[in-house]
Amino acid sequence: MSELTPELERKLGMAVERMPAFPRSVQRVLELTRNINCLPKEIVSVIEKDPVMTMKIFKVINSAYYGLPNKITSVGQSVVYLGINTIKNLALGFAAVGILPRTMPGGFDVQGYLLHSLVVAGVARQLGVQFAKAEADPGDCYVAGLLHDFGKIVLAQFMPAEFHQAVAYAAEKHVPLHEAENWVIGANHGVVGAMLASRWTFPVELVDCIRDHHVPAAAPTALMDCLRTADQIVRLHAIGNSGNPWRENEAPAAPDRFGDDLDALVEQIGSLDRIVAEAMSFAQVAHE
Amino acid sequence: MKVRFWGVRGSIASPGPHTVRHGGNTTCIEVRTDDDSLIILDAGTGIFPLAQQLLKRMPVQANIFMTHTHWDHIQGLPFFTPLYIPGNQVRIHGGYDVVTRRGVEQIMDVQLQYSFFPVREAEMKAAIDYRGVNAGEPIVVGDATVTPLLLNHPVVNFGYRIDCGGKSVFFTGDHEPWPNIYHPDDNEHAEFQQMIDQQQAQLDAALAGLDILIADSSYTLAEYPAKVGWGHGTLEGSIAWGRRLGVKTLVCTHHEPERGDDALEAVFADALAAAGPRAGEQCDTEFLLSREGLELVL
Repeated sequence: MSELTPELERKLGMAVERMPAFPRSVQRVLELTRNINCLPKEIVSVIEKDPVMTMKIFKVINSAYYGLPNKITSVGQSVVYLGINTIKNLALGFAAVGILPRTMPGGFDVQGYLLHSLVVAGVARQLGVQFAKAEADPGDCYVAGLLHDFGKIVLAQFMPAEFHQAVAYAAEKHVPLHEAENWVIGANHGVVGAMLASRWTFPVELVDCIRDHHVPAAAPTALMDCLRTADQIVRLHAIGNSGNPWRENEAPAAPDRFGDDLDALVEQIGSLDRIVAEAMSFAQVAHE
Repeated sequence: MKVRFWGVRGSIASPGPHTVRHGGNTTCIEVRTDDDSLIILDAGTGIFPLAQQLLKRMPVQANIFMTHTHWDHIQGLPFFTPLYIPGNQVRIHGGYDVVTRRGVEQIMDVQLQYSFFPVREAEMKAAIDYRGVNAGEPIVVGDATVTPLLLNHPVVNFGYRIDCGGKSVFFTGDHEPWPNIYHPDDNEHAEFQQMIDQQQAQLDAALAGLDILIADSSYTLAEYPAKVGWGHGTLEGSIAWGRRLGVKTLVCTHHEPERGDDALEAVFADALAAAGPRAGEQCDTEFLLSREGLELVL
């Protein structure tokens, strides 16, 4: 952050300020579900206070699948029907997706962006589970994946002219978007995303990870390894659209913990198709 | 109708000298209807010895009903040998998973991933198809009707009631009688309890006239407070439930993997003794512990 000029810092700060607050309920669900012994009634009480999350849960449960005799109209009832663990996992899914904006100005491909973020999140979580279990919380890996490019949303929404120029620059000069952003705006989406994550009082590891995900010299952490490698896998498979017009020809070396062969790594984490299918169904519900 | 137990253990297969009488395989129950249609409830490791038996009489036409997707109830499925033989027909029924948003076919997909199993589904030569089940919507299999009922477990779990020739059997799969998530002092306690009571009443009504109840009875009442929310019932709770429903036979199953035969029989005897005879109640219910090879004819 030290290289930002005071003027730029003020401008970015204003953009970040205009983003919606990270809903408290989402934060609480993420916090509560990290504790295996959390009380079911606490989760219910958080969900009940969030009308959006509540409505999404009702919508899924009242779908034809369970042929329930009566329409579910309370969170308590949904717990009786489907059990607290299922409701908890539904809320967790919606919590993570619900913070993304629905529409964007300037032709930004929200659906593609959402898919990219969700698949990176899913892959990062899987990498965390398989390769970094003791060092990084898979839940944090998921959130890091989901939000690593969130700075682009801030820029596209509140500094649309500059962001558009950066995208054009990246396409024209064949450079990665974050380099173009540094050149045109003076800061990249990692820095902006980190400011937002910091405002949302995310854990410092997550803030650092979002800020530095395009800084090769940054101190490596398990969380960062999982995020970067997930991002590489997803970009190489061209899943979704990160908003970055630049494509690398070959993958940079993955951190040692994953071995040096990305294709083999994809096989090791199982099917990418499964993560994509899950992401697509979430992306769809998120916008219903 | 005939009911035969091939796997009775909960959580993880537990072979060894201490489980030799009741068996170490995880859940699998074979039901033969009056016209000899084959219904299989769950595909735990017990489905493998059943498969060996079935190979003696080909072709196999099987309807497998999955109560839920937890590991101990699905892990035998790739080892169900009739799946590999052309001419066999295997129909797999199960509920929709609201969290993964996938149907019963995910049970096979997930297990047959490259890293975990050497065979792909395309290489299984039986005719395999998948059918989603909905709560309360009956499915006809031969001369029997199978009705799925939504129960309580950390993942969506359907119990199945099978009716054939005027006789009936119900298997819970994994089920914890709905606990109240509120403390008695909480304002919400009474309302939540009302919802639970209503749910239990609906279930009991759907089980009216039942002959055999096969119920998840993993824990003892004394063990239960440390296991609330884990999704399993108790021996004492199942005994009381069987009596309340007035079933002819209650079979307690899903035995704890670390509970050996002697210990299992001891806690069962204690639970029966604690239930005791009730004044003025005529109780003809037969109470059994499930064991591999147990066959009930009705």
